[in-house]
Amino acid sequence: MVLLDVKGLSKSFGGLKAVSNVSFTVREGIIKAVIGPNGAGKTTLFNLISGVLKPDSGKIIFKNEEIQGLEPFQIAHRGVSRTFQHLRLFPGMTVLENVMMGRHIHSRSGFFAGMLNMPWTRREEKGVRQKTFEILEIIGIADLADKEAVSLAYGQQRIVELARALALEPKLMLLDEPAAGLNMRETADIARLITKIRDMGVTVLIVEHDMSLVMNISDEIVVLSYGEKIAEDVPLAIQKNEEVIRVYLGEDDA
Amino acid sequence: MRGRYLHITLLSIFVVAVQVITQITDTTYYLTQLTMAAYYSLVILGLTLLMGYAGQISLGHAGFFAIGGYTSAVLTTYNLIPYKEKAIVKVMASMGMLQMREDLYGGQILNLHPWIAFLLAIAITVAVAYVIGIPVLKLKGHYLAMATLGFGIIIYRIVLGTPLFGEADGISDVPAFGLLPGIEVSGDMSMRIQNYYIAWVIVIVAVLLLLNLIDSRVGRALRAIHGAEDAADAMGVNTAEYKLKTFILSAVFAATAGVFLTHFNGGIGPSEASVMKSVRYVAIVAAGGMASIWGALTMAAVLNFLSLRGYFGSYDDAVFGAILIVIMLFAPEGILRLPVMKNIQRLLRFKPSEGSDGAS
Repeated sequence: MVLLDVKGLSKSFGGLKAVSNVSFTVREGIIKAVIGPNGAGKTTLFNLISGVLKPDSGKIIFKNEEIQGLEPFQIAHRGVSRTFQHLRLFPGMTVLENVMMGRHIHSRSGFFAGMLNMPWTRREEKGVRQKTFEILEIIGIADLADKEAVSLAYGQQRIVELARALALEPKLMLLDEPAAGLNMRETADIARLITKIRDMGVTVLIVEHDMSLVMNISDEIVVLSYGEKIAEDVPLAIQKNEEVIRVYLGEDDA
Repeated sequence: MRGRYLHITLLSIFVVAVQVITQITDTTYYLTQLTMAAYYSLVILGLTLLMGYAGQISLGHAGFFAIGGYTSAVLTTYNLIPYKEKAIVKVMASMGMLQMREDLYGGQILNLHPWIAFLLAIAITVAVAYVIGIPVLKLKGHYLAMATLGFGIIIYRIVLGTPLFGEADGISDVPAFGLLPGIEVSGDMSMRIQNYYIAWVIVIVAVLLLLNLIDSRVGRALRAIHGAEDAADAMGVNTAEYKLKTFILSAVFAATAGVFLTHFNGGIGPSEASVMKSVRYVAIVAAGGMASIWGALTMAAVLNFLSLRGYFGSYDDAVFGAILIVIMLFAPEGILRLPVMKNIQRLLRFKPSEGSDGAS
């Protein structure tokens, strides 16, 4: 079943066509990667899907519903979570609290209930805490629960972002360069976690520079160049695709 | 959780102790300024939620204080006697929404009951905060500061230029606010102790509500917005709605303080709406450490008390301006979080986490 259907998506900044008439689909339960050289429009594509940017034209259909033009928080409510290329953990909050934010859409307490500390809000908080601990256990960072998130090592912070995105219990998880700045061992850890998340039934769309990571874990790959899709296939075929090789290695060397 | 109620209990004991001390030392006249300081603290507590937790500045909170105070003052002093045969006035009278009293010269005044005036003042405040908040909270940083400053100036000029609001004289002869039979907010000397307790009970309740809120799902979302707004958005937090609700809540705190202080003082003047008042509130929130309810309360009570007792003399406003500069330069985390204070706290075996209770 198609979970995400991107149709003819375009976005320009001034005269620059950052994303130009891009179409692809993401089937449920797979890891799909978007790759391409710098400036290919990967991040713009990501920001369009997550609602940070609004497309000039085209459609984004998620679970048979058009979501282009919705605000990021509305898209989150529909079951899409994301991580950030440049880490965006909440400072002054523990790992537990950071990941608890992933449970926001699954809880309800508002201003009045919070101020009055109603018994049901206390119960709800307890439930959120419990569920968050479960997520931390699954991701393997339960021992870090009480540490301030932004004081952790860089690689650990990436994993906390992953846990936070998973806590939302998304149907689709968008990962923006999850291995950026990580060493090989840390990259391997992240790869294992992403595969684990996919095996839990979460569909993953990933933008990544690290070729070895992408080739290892992706079920399918979309290649962008100058805002246009130039290939879409399984990793083995992408590796042999001449156009992709030309784009990546430069025309003269191909 | 437990800590919160312990701290509230300690605060309550402290409030009682201060009253007992003034009784013993025969300095009960201090209670007047302590009562006023309590109401100003209420403004600052609300502003701390907005600035320290939601990360939004307001340089217009004196405006909300004034909306509360002036609405209540106008409605409880406007004489309805000429209209007492009108159907609407009769209906209101039969519903107990009016009260009859005598003015200073023995003349009859029929006016709206302070409870009704209070509720209307809050309703107007919510409406104004809503209408102002929607466009203004789209701005960030300096722009938000300037926009709220503009709002404060508008309110100031309105009260200064409108005959209904008494122009430069303000409104006087505001009656006592009978909260319950036998309990009333008034500046009457014989009511001094009672009013001290009314004010501080309101503050204690406000502190409890805010600590609860900060420790709740909403508080977590506010801190998330403050820390990384785009990430909060991506987690499904409707950031615009949270900011607006916090803005309205802090405006209601300010307006409530305005209503009560106006009844306590028996009047209100345009200086309460002045920009310098707004700056003062911001300075005190900063001195308290931005995101610290206890820090804000301590600074609000101490600085307002000193100011009201006249310790700053004619340099009153300058002192608060200077406090703002000094805090920003040397103690951006607030006075209670200076290393010196931490050491003192440790020496006193005062738990260092106490000051940052809400943020932890």
